[in-house]
Amino acid sequence: MRSILRHEGILALLLIVTLAVMAGQSDKFFTTANLLNQGRLMAEVGIVALAMTLVIVTGGIDLSVGSTVGMVAILLGVLWQNVGLPLPAAMALALVIGAVAGWANGFVITKFGVPPLIATLATLALYRGLAEGISEARSVRGYPEWFYYLGQGEFLDVPVQLWVFLILAAVTAFLLAVTPFGRTTYAIGSNAVAAEFSGMPVKRTLLMIYTMSGLFSAIAAVIFVSRVSTTRSDMGTGLELDVITAVVLGGTSIFGGRGTIVGTLLGLVIVQALKNGLLLAGVKGDATIVVIGLILIGTIILSNLFGRNTDG
Amino acid sequence: MMVVVGLYNPRFLSDTNLTSIFAGNAYIAVAAIGMTLVIITGNIDVSVGSLIGVLATIAGTLAVQDYPIWVAWTVPLIVGVTINAVLGFIVAYMGIPSIVATLGMLSILKGGLISVTGGKWIEGMPEAFFLAQMRLFGIPSTVWFMVILTALMAVWMRSAPLGRSFYAVGGNPEAARAAGIDPRRTVLFAFMLHGFFAGIAAILFATQLKVIQSTVPPNLELTVITACVIGGVSILGGTGTVIGSSLAAILFACIGSSLVFLNISAYWLRAVLGLLILLTVLADIIRRHRNRRVG
Repeated sequence: MRSILRHEGILALLLIVTLAVMAGQSDKFFTTANLLNQGRLMAEVGIVALAMTLVIVTGGIDLSVGSTVGMVAILLGVLWQNVGLPLPAAMALALVIGAVAGWANGFVITKFGVPPLIATLATLALYRGLAEGISEARSVRGYPEWFYYLGQGEFLDVPVQLWVFLILAAVTAFLLAVTPFGRTTYAIGSNAVAAEFSGMPVKRTLLMIYTMSGLFSAIAAVIFVSRVSTTRSDMGTGLELDVITAVVLGGTSIFGGRGTIVGTLLGLVIVQALKNGLLLAGVKGDATIVVIGLILIGTIILSNLFGRNTDG
Repeated sequence: MMVVVGLYNPRFLSDTNLTSIFAGNAYIAVAAIGMTLVIITGNIDVSVGSLIGVLATIAGTLAVQDYPIWVAWTVPLIVGVTINAVLGFIVAYMGIPSIVATLGMLSILKGGLISVTGGKWIEGMPEAFFLAQMRLFGIPSTVWFMVILTALMAVWMRSAPLGRSFYAVGGNPEAARAAGIDPRRTVLFAFMLHGFFAGIAAILFATQLKVIQSTVPPNLELTVITACVIGGVSILGGTGTVIGSSLAAILFACIGSSLVFLNISAYWLRAVLGLLILLTVLADIIRRHRNRRVG
């Protein structure tokens, strides 16, 4: 517990330094409009990162989230435009499909004992392939006006998807911190065999977590489509790396057993603040990726050094 | 391995132009050799695609600027080994999980490459630069590289003590330590060798066509990792062979082109490949379970 606090301490410090530097670089950074807009951009990665935090806490990983986003986005468009379902029904069905995609990951992992890295590497190719095959490089446009509210509108002056993200974050944090489900999640990550022998529903919990990862990816996909007003099969490509970076930066151990939603939130905000701040300071988008890579490695090295001191 | 051989049936081969498939995908097989070493030690490298992009760009840039050809060919190797030595050091000596370290390196290399070059096309390399287009005894040089490197590494991994130490470290680091192997040095060495093979792969990649796009080839790291996994390298470390990975890389390419022959739309290519990976892995796991039950 102490090492988690330590890591989050380092993160909070890093965040303050980042914000201070960014604010000094550009007076546009600390405006309400800019911060809210950043929240809008952060929501999709953020929603996926919430479920990914649980996945990584169990010692697993889900590389297929970006492809799930692409597949769900395409199916949303196809179900609405080509199949002719009403849009709300297409949205609901898209969410179900996302959940099923996640469940399939969980099924392969728990039923056959395939390592999560491999199972989701395979579905990364499979789901993206399905998206490409179904769409045949056509894009879907011309959604009704009300649909854009989700990705472009505001509720009480705050972007709608930021509300969605905050609500999901609260729910996930609650699940992880205080419920038996959360305790089982940590137990699986620390020692899955011991968890199994203490009568915890290991397989069922894992299945639920991977299903959740698919469902949250689907929610992100619907928001994504609504925000950019169009559907393409390459949506969400590389999303998994952004998500994993935010989660790991947030102090969730890739070996499992350790991590919090608060940490992930900090990780997300730091990444987004860096991206935006550097952009405003005139650094080109590609160079900011370099900084994020350096921060990712640097933070883990630092927290490892401190972690070792406590152990010693 | 058995699964690979099973799928590797002659029907795929007669339908397609073998030579062009082999030549065009040999660089993936070469990169898979290095990746195999890293995975056998129980690690992973998701940055290899970016590394190959960076090294190919370096090779092309040097060749265009009238450096001697041998410089354009060797500098990428040195840079590859150096970058991966840093990576190996971070993983082995600072205790950073390889997926995190290489994820960070992926961002650094990818972002660095695009912000330096702007993704421009490099062209106008001298004729002698195009290593991959040369032939020896009528067989493309890339195929020679693939076959010879795979064979050398296969023998070396089986018989040399250092080659075998990779398996020992991946299988059980504690036991390896007790047997007098330094796991950290072994992991560092696996990464450095991996960087060397990435360098060769980058040169083959860069000299295949008349132009080099100075960006990261999309999804290359996944293709390489997938080749290793289908080739029978256990992602948990300790088992696998370079021959398996190398074969799988080519098998992959064969499936890709035979799908075209079977009149399956190119849009569905990736879906079929994904399904194939999933089925291969499942078959492998089920087979292992059955073996355990019989044993």
